[in-house]
Amino acid sequence: MLHLKDNAVSQKTVLSLNNISKYFGPLLANDAINLSLAEGEVLALLGENGAGKTTLMNILFGHYVADAGTVTAFDEELPPGKPRAAIDAGVGMVHQHFTLAENLTVLENITLGTEPLWGVRQYQSRALAKLNQLSTEFGLEVNPRALVRDLSVGEMQRVEILKALYRDARILIMDEPTAVLTPPEVDSLFATLRQLIKSGLAVIFISHKLGEVMAISDRVAVLRSGKVVLEAETQATSREALAEAMVGRKIPEPKRVPQDAGEALLSLDQVTVLGAHHKRLLDRASLTLHAGEIVGIAGVSGNGQAQLADLLSGLQTLAEGHMTLRDHGELKPNPAHMVKQGIGRIVEDRNGLGLIGDMTITENLASENYKSREFSRLGFLRFNALQRYARELIEAFDVRCPGISAQVRKLSGGNMQKLVLARVLSKEPMVILAHQPTWGLDVGATAYVHEQLLAARQRGAGILLISEDLDELLELSDRIQVIYHGQLSESLDPDNISLQELGLLMSGQQRSDSQAA
Amino acid sequence: MGDFLDFILTAGFWAATLRMATPLIFGTIGELVCERSGVLNLGIEGIMTAGSMAGWMWVYQGGDLWGGVLFAAFVGALFGLLHSLFTVYLGLSQHVTGLGITMLASSLSYFVFRMMLPNVTTPPKIVPFESYAVPVLSELPVVGEALFVQSPLTWLALVLVFVVGYVLFRTPLGLAIRMVGENPMAAEAQGLNVHLVRSGAVIFGSALMAVGGTFLTLSAFDAFYIGMTNGRGWICIALVVFASWRPGKALFGALLFAVFDALQMRVQQQASSAIPYQFYLMAPYVLSIVALIIMSRRAAYPKALLVPFRRGER
Amino acid sequence: MRLEPREHVSLLTLVAGPVLAVVAAMAICSLLIVWSGSSVLEAYALLFKGALGSRFAISETLTRTTVLIFTGLAAAVAFRAKLWNIGGEGQLYMGACAATMLGTGLLEWSAYLLIPTLFLAGALAGGLLLIVPTLLKTHLKVDEVVTTLLLNFIILLVVNYLVFGPWKDPMAMGWPQAAPIIDQGLLPPLLAKTRLHAGLLVALAFAIGTWVLMRFTVWGYEIRAVGANPKAAGFAGVPVNRTIIRTALISGGLAGMAGVCELIGLKGYLTLDLSPGFGYTGIVVAMLAGLNPLGVIFSSFFVAVVFNGADSMSRALSVSNYIAEVITAVSLLAVLVSMLLTRYRIKWK
Repeated sequence: MLHLKDNAVSQKTVLSLNNISKYFGPLLANDAINLSLAEGEVLALLGENGAGKTTLMNILFGHYVADAGTVTAFDEELPPGKPRAAIDAGVGMVHQHFTLAENLTVLENITLGTEPLWGVRQYQSRALAKLNQLSTEFGLEVNPRALVRDLSVGEMQRVEILKALYRDARILIMDEPTAVLTPPEVDSLFATLRQLIKSGLAVIFISHKLGEVMAISDRVAVLRSGKVVLEAETQATSREALAEAMVGRKIPEPKRVPQDAGEALLSLDQVTVLGAHHKRLLDRASLTLHAGEIVGIAGVSGNGQAQLADLLSGLQTLAEGHMTLRDHGELKPNPAHMVKQGIGRIVEDRNGLGLIGDMTITENLASENYKSREFSRLGFLRFNALQRYARELIEAFDVRCPGISAQVRKLSGGNMQKLVLARVLSKEPMVILAHQPTWGLDVGATAYVHEQLLAARQRGAGILLISEDLDELLELSDRIQVIYHGQLSESLDPDNISLQELGLLMSGQQRSDSQAA
Repeated sequence: MGDFLDFILTAGFWAATLRMATPLIFGTIGELVCERSGVLNLGIEGIMTAGSMAGWMWVYQGGDLWGGVLFAAFVGALFGLLHSLFTVYLGLSQHVTGLGITMLASSLSYFVFRMMLPNVTTPPKIVPFESYAVPVLSELPVVGEALFVQSPLTWLALVLVFVVGYVLFRTPLGLAIRMVGENPMAAEAQGLNVHLVRSGAVIFGSALMAVGGTFLTLSAFDAFYIGMTNGRGWICIALVVFASWRPGKALFGALLFAVFDALQMRVQQQASSAIPYQFYLMAPYVLSIVALIIMSRRAAYPKALLVPFRRGER
Repeated sequence: MRLEPREHVSLLTLVAGPVLAVVAAMAICSLLIVWSGSSVLEAYALLFKGALGSRFAISETLTRTTVLIFTGLAAAVAFRAKLWNIGGEGQLYMGACAATMLGTGLLEWSAYLLIPTLFLAGALAGGLLLIVPTLLKTHLKVDEVVTTLLLNFIILLVVNYLVFGPWKDPMAMGWPQAAPIIDQGLLPPLLAKTRLHAGLLVALAFAIGTWVLMRFTVWGYEIRAVGANPKAAGFAGVPVNRTIIRTALISGGLAGMAGVCELIGLKGYLTLDLSPGFGYTGIVVAMLAGLNPLGVIFSSFFVAVVFNGADSMSRALSVSNYIAEVITAVSLLAVLVSMLLTRYRIKWK
């Protein structure tokens, strides 16, 4: 990838953040942060999940109001809490989670808010002309009349960028823009960014991926626990220095020790799942999970991972094919059935699906086996048994909480995930689904989750690990299968495949046979 | 059967249909605007009651008819403001708030009615709107009398459907309303004030509901009775679902509904007493439930309906 | 303005919240009393005196409390599962109809057998009525708010038909009412020379029973889980649809028993004014209680005080007794705000 360092960076400051602080309850999310951005430069904002990057950008854009500090754009102070003012000052933001209305068209999404609210009509042809001009200039092709729900993820991101450009943004904030893209899409995004820089825009690029930061940025600022801990010219620093600044402390990442896989536990045979309009969300996918192995599923989000996870969760019905568990035969699409068959399920959406936020820790820990003889008798819950169980588990899994009667929604993300692990792993399931198990967790919590998964593998469990974090997959998996358009590739050996090769497979390109594992 | 066909071809039948449809059109369009912005307004039943009382009282106290309509709209808007303070700004349960508004608006209407007219036994009457005959067109045979001799409020309702339809789908304001009902976060990211758009929609929608209510006292009848709204508000909510949140279809739904209602009244008068009249009176409610069931599979709710938007929430 | 979640919510604020809401509601409604030209203090003094000022007044208030406990519990159970049962009124009449069908001579059993049977029949009738919109909700995704509301109107017309038609009591001198419940079917009085009846004890027993059910049993756990997050509950293996249907049977059943209780405890025969909206008032009762079944005992008593007191106040002063409905409606809205304030604090900036 081409670096931009030859690009002449002028010194005119277009944006500065002065002493920004922000509390969420007792948590200090931003601690007196100072940052500035010059015209024509790419500033990378690097940091772990929870370091405060997104909070800072939301303050800058006016979604949040800072408890202290000011934002200045083009020498004018922005009034706090007003996205409108930020937009008018020339700030455009591409959110990590797209802010698009799915049932409206691309054009409607883009033009919203650009015309006076009380206008008697919309000037569509004028808008279309401007949009076309922007599309061609920056290589952002998209059909303006299409409904957003019909677009691919890459196209949605283009719409987000176009939204900012359409408003004549001079400063573009991109929050984790590559998280949802395939490697080729990332390349095309970077090409667009270079075009934008050339025309004088300044960009803040938020990421936790070192490689991208080194490739695209002129300057980099590292955030940790709400503070800027390092600020440097990208050229003058190194991956290692950035990594250390980001993490702060050395956390030993558990290592996978080679072990032989045992008998087959779970097999998916040519399974097909249909979505709306008979779209094949899973398309004759087959895999076998053996005892004592971790099978990683790599892929760009939206290629069928969710359906695969739902299948094992018992939330999804098969259209074709078979899903069988050793000794138990066909699995039924019913969550209670999956629990009974001893399948441990760690899902991506721990807030909305894995846990019930408004109930207590005890109630959540028991949610899969409250009906067992241990916890209920004659229709009554056995509170003493439940509480003893909960106390044991939060001790064993080191859940930090005010007490077992605390509501789950008040816990941090890491502690919620520990709660899920406690519920699932304490039953020593032989088959475990782990869908994005470390999504949104900090380094410490991530290492903990990895350790627990490897321990389960050690005792002979088979684990299906679905993740969009390639490093995680390569580190933990004994075998990797790539999912693309609902189809699963053959098994690949993580020790003998490069990131580039994996990236190509994830974007649907075939791999030459000689490299097959 | 021949009688029956003759009957539905009479001008009187279609005039009655339009008359019965009018409050439903106002109410349905009002609810539709609220729901398009993401707010379910269960206050509709009470707001219609308040509108019917307020408009009537204005006229009874000596105000003119159009002043009564405006006053009803104003009262409806006030309740809409209250609703939006609770559901939009505080993000409270739209279900419970709406029911609370319905209870408050109706009980307050009855209270005020009783306080201002403490000693009446038979409800006093006012002089309601006279039908307005469109020149020339109203002289057409059959059609003329049915379609072109109507209360001015009926005309207003019909015009309203087209205006609201145009605004929702052809203007920046309408786009903003639909956007806050689909994805408020997206609207905010574009610099829109979500709370302002939503509360504006709820206030406007509530004003329309109240006008629908006052049609009952200023045009359809000439007096105010306790319990006169009689579930019309709930029927409007069903009609919004039936109309898939589209003004044109809402008009169609309200008319269809009124046709059935006019028919059952006619059949009730004509048929022998084999079927008790109570069962005819049930027809609108049963019909509403049936409409909901028919449309349930296809119902495409505005995505952010019932979802409160709290700024800066993690 | 911004809302920030509170870290700790003490039990005191949980109890003080609704009480303050009620006080605020009465303060707001005093504006109406001022408007009517009466003295606020005098009016409220008369209100409380009318509801609590004598043995008879208290007995009347407790009589009204009885039926409100049932409808309040019905709403509390359903709302806890996020099943928006607004059809308490219809279910109440269904219960009364069932009791009328069996209790006017069809079954001539002894009281010990007949009274429980009537309650059971009423509960079944109310529960079955709510099953219809519930099945529409679980299987066809039809919104239950509107269907339960509309069913109230339909059921009222059915009752209208019955008491004017086939069930009309020829001995009633032309009044539209059904035949009286036979003596063995009537609840015994609780207090001599008053209308207070044993239904109060039944209601209290059911309030405690409902509390036990919600808090200590597997079913209660399932109802709360489904209400808090149906997706997550389903994922963990809670049978979501079955739980919602079970909730509907319990909620509709409680509302049906309200009708039976009013019929065999107070009125003695089915009329069209058996309930002046007790089903709807039950929603206010439940919300004031924070959906807690034990709280329902207190909130229903409060609402009964307001209604009975307002009746006697309006006789003494020139304040329409609709003030009672206004006070309860404002209380409902006020308690919503107070519930918010116990969970969040408002930051002005």
